[in-house]
Amino acid sequence: MYKLRLFKDKFMSKLMLVLTLASVSVLFVIGIGLYYHSIPILHKLSLSDLLTTSVWKPLKGLFGFYPFIMGTLWVTGISIIIALPLCLLTALYINEYAPARIRKILTPFVNLLSGIPPVIFGVWGVLFIIPLIQDHIAPHFVAFSTGYSVLAGGIVLAVMIFPLIVSIITEVLRTIPQDLRDASLSLGATGWETTRKVVLKKALPGIIAAVVLAISRAFGETIAVLMVCGNNAVVPHSVFDPGYPLPALIANNYGEMLSIPMYDSALMFAALLLFVIILLFNIISRVILARLERKLAS
Amino acid sequence: MKRRKYEELFFRVLMVLATVFVAGSFFLIVGTIFYKGAPYMTLDMITKTPGGGFYIGKEGGILNAIIGSIYVAGGATVLGLLISIPVAIYINMYMGGKTFLANTLRMAFDVLFGIPSIVYGAFGFLIMVYFGLRASLLGGIIAVTLLVIPILVRTLDEVIRTVPFELRDAALSLGATRWETAKVVLRQIRPGIFTAILLSFGRAIGDVASVLFTAGFSDNIPTSLHEPAATLPLAIFFQLSSPVEEVQGRGYASALVLTIIVLIITVLSEIFIRNFFKHKI
Repeated sequence: MYKLRLFKDKFMSKLMLVLTLASVSVLFVIGIGLYYHSIPILHKLSLSDLLTTSVWKPLKGLFGFYPFIMGTLWVTGISIIIALPLCLLTALYINEYAPARIRKILTPFVNLLSGIPPVIFGVWGVLFIIPLIQDHIAPHFVAFSTGYSVLAGGIVLAVMIFPLIVSIITEVLRTIPQDLRDASLSLGATGWETTRKVVLKKALPGIIAAVVLAISRAFGETIAVLMVCGNNAVVPHSVFDPGYPLPALIANNYGEMLSIPMYDSALMFAALLLFVIILLFNIISRVILARLERKLAS
Repeated sequence: MKRRKYEELFFRVLMVLATVFVAGSFFLIVGTIFYKGAPYMTLDMITKTPGGGFYIGKEGGILNAIIGSIYVAGGATVLGLLISIPVAIYINMYMGGKTFLANTLRMAFDVLFGIPSIVYGAFGFLIMVYFGLRASLLGGIIAVTLLVIPILVRTLDEVIRTVPFELRDAALSLGATRWETAKVVLRQIRPGIFTAILLSFGRAIGDVASVLFTAGFSDNIPTSLHEPAATLPLAIFFQLSSPVEEVQGRGYASALVLTIIVLIITVLSEIFIRNFFKHKI
């Protein structure tokens, strides 16, 4: 009986170890798998050619990722520019100013927003943001725009990353000791002065981590951006130009990728590119956040 | 002195406006979907599979996609639980929970959580090509399982950490093995497991990019793991790209169906989380 129990314990321990290692190793297996499938295209064209040329003609064997990289950067940049100030102010309000009652009502909405699936954001973008840009925003600046633009992608993405940024900054603000605020307030500083000179200063690493994490989320978002971005493989020059981000490129062409030589390899290279960038950004922000947490614990 | 007061007021107003905007965007999205989708909502939409001329605006519904999505999300959540419960227990009970290695593992799952679904989709496609599988329900479940494992592990990990150490110590001091103690802890976190299931299911049912390559699409309800399965988000996407107005409208109605499903799941999980943490000391 005793032996059986010990055996069970040992057995379960080994089984769990195997499952743990297997599920973590997915991280490496994805990287290796994508790299392995990108080798053909990396042999044919040099890395710098792939990243800096802008001709995309799979049938002729030309794979220039530059327009797609620029499309991704434009969309991501716009979304962060819109989302960061709004989310920072919201998180500050929720954490520093709002009475407990209002805080309790507000927090669930942030969670509800984060539960909405990407495709719904896309539908909303098509129904609401596109007409808004086409009829009300673009006419003030350019002669003609269909509305399908990097701006539309950026706005939709910004709303999608609201919950992520707000929740992380709120968490970070919570780690700042109340004593610091009290000290500042007791010296006669106003609420905003305390927020700006004490709270924000202390929270800066956490805010950076939140932004880095949000960038990586925006980088990989596929379907919502694909639906509103126009998907035109040229480098955008203004916010009203259409763009074609990397994830949209992968999603749009999976159907034909096995019928054209090198095409599958090129798309897997696109996935690898996304994977590596997002992996790096995630590790950076997680290390910053873990350090903050440890500081709080000590 | 006056300037400081005005500055205070100015930023306070700015903060309230920003908060109203951020929280309001939720209503704006749900409102738009309801407004556009409700007129096209019929009973046929959720009780029938696509008929002959469905994609040119004739009779039928999206039952195939609803059932397909439930199969994919349900299968992935079950499979994910079978993997992530042992992982969460291992990290907390066998590795000591607070060691460097345990924290590194947690961070690895955080990073996995950050990997976008399109990468999981592409990777799932590679797995399928490797094993010679066609786009099928099985392929979709595999890709979505990879997607939900990090969510499940991190949620279960948070939940297990709320179990008081005394409880584990009591079990261990009575001579229970670690596995027997784990069973005591598991019983304690049952509501937490339910929350994790809801979160995972909600994420799985709404995701497109991971099933795009792997699950395929079909007008029939799949009867085996090797048949392609339609999924709700993909059905929305396809219907929206149609030039026929009637089909587009049905796309809005399908979006409404998905929104309602996801909202119910999210609200339920919110309630569960609240109750779970309320009863904790």
